[in-house]
Amino acid sequence: MHALVVDDSRAMRRIVAGILTTLHFQTVEADNGATALAELEQLTAADRVPALACIDWNMPVMDGLELVSAIRADRRWRDITLMMVTTESEHGQIVRALAAGAHEYLIKPFTADAMADKLRYLGLVPAEVNA
Amino acid sequence: MTPADAVWLRDLVRRRSAIVLDESKQYLLDTRLAPLVRSGGYASVGELVARARAGDRHVTGLIVDAMTTNETSWFRDNGPFEALRTVVLPALVRERSAERRIRIWSAACSSGQEAYSIAMICTEVLPAGWTVEIVGTDLSPAMVERAQAGRYSQLEVNRGMPAPHLVRWFARDGSHWQVSPQLKAMTSFREGNLAMPFADLGRFDVVMLRNVLIYFDGATKTDILRRTRGVTRPDGFLFLGAAETALGMDVGWFREQAAGTSLLRPEGATPVAASPPRAGAVPSPGPGRPPATVPPPRPAARVSLPPLPTPARTSTSFAPRPHPNTLSLGGR
Repeated sequence: MHALVVDDSRAMRRIVAGILTTLHFQTVEADNGATALAELEQLTAADRVPALACIDWNMPVMDGLELVSAIRADRRWRDITLMMVTTESEHGQIVRALAAGAHEYLIKPFTADAMADKLRYLGLVPAEVNA
Repeated sequence: MTPADAVWLRDLVRRRSAIVLDESKQYLLDTRLAPLVRSGGYASVGELVARARAGDRHVTGLIVDAMTTNETSWFRDNGPFEALRTVVLPALVRERSAERRIRIWSAACSSGQEAYSIAMICTEVLPAGWTVEIVGTDLSPAMVERAQAGRYSQLEVNRGMPAPHLVRWFARDGSHWQVSPQLKAMTSFREGNLAMPFADLGRFDVVMLRNVLIYFDGATKTDILRRTRGVTRPDGFLFLGAAETALGMDVGWFREQAAGTSLLRPEGATPVAASPPRAGAVPSPGPGRPPATVPPPRPAARVSLPPLPTPARTSTSFAPRPHPNTLSLGGR
């Protein structure tokens, strides 16, 4: 199963990708919303549409909220589960992200267990697999 | 910590809680007492234990607290909550249609996540006009206080709380999240020692006794299960932890599968698998229907959520949870 990790921090991409790898995902990384869309086009052309995208909110060029809206607007990507992974932690921001089309929301800082719990709840990780 | 200190600590915990910490759990003594040493300004665990052994009741209480509280998370292990949502509560809605009242016990409730998780599910499944009472008990006064406060850190709400539930049932309060008055109205918390008689608890339709029996010896486990049978209604349900077995100790109970989760039923109860729902008897689950005895949510803004994609399953041993496609949000 493939996962797209979108964050402008290389260190954070590595952390998220590392956790997802232990949960049996193959990861592809992008450093903002625009490059993420380009990656998604390539993955789609190769018939490797990811099951999951972990998306930071604040990024240059195209932010995470715009990316969520762009993915939701494209029928080819309607089966991708979208999870915001961000420091933005206000109630209203979580509501905005969910209303834009995100399925889950993980607030930084977080533990590997917390990410695994979310993905388990979404049915993307079997109960017996731990981070 | 000297071997004599370790023996004294294990004996203290056994006497105060009936929890048995054998030598294989030595790491628990070290890891759980280290924060007390730091916060109390003690030089070592040995000094902390010396204070307790000298008769300091406050320190002794802190030690018992630290040794008997356990990690918890929202919707821990998923399976039992899925069974509650899809099998147990619908069955109780059928069976309790006259009294329209359900009581649930969250035994060893720690800081309250299990009790509030149950409350969230009840709002989804129970029809309007029903009353639900969720009683949480824990040995630790500190945990009972935390559960009553219903205030959780960011890291705590990250552990297993689905985001739609977070924004629906919690309000931001500084760096923490405060559980809503609606959920608090459905729950109550009190001190309770599983090794002692269950006084004044009343009888329950559902008992959650999860991930706690592992700390007791066989005789105590048998006794707890026997007394739990006494506070469970004849057609009630008992959930144990996923990794816990009560084989040979579960006199008076029989085992049943519900939504892939194993649970115990009092002997004589009709298996839920043998009593299929009557057409129209069970309402379809939907968000935003608190029991009539609980005040309705604040005026709601309705936000459409995307349907949850069907992920590629990597195992047949788990069931993906349905994602609500709409969400009523309290006005903020």
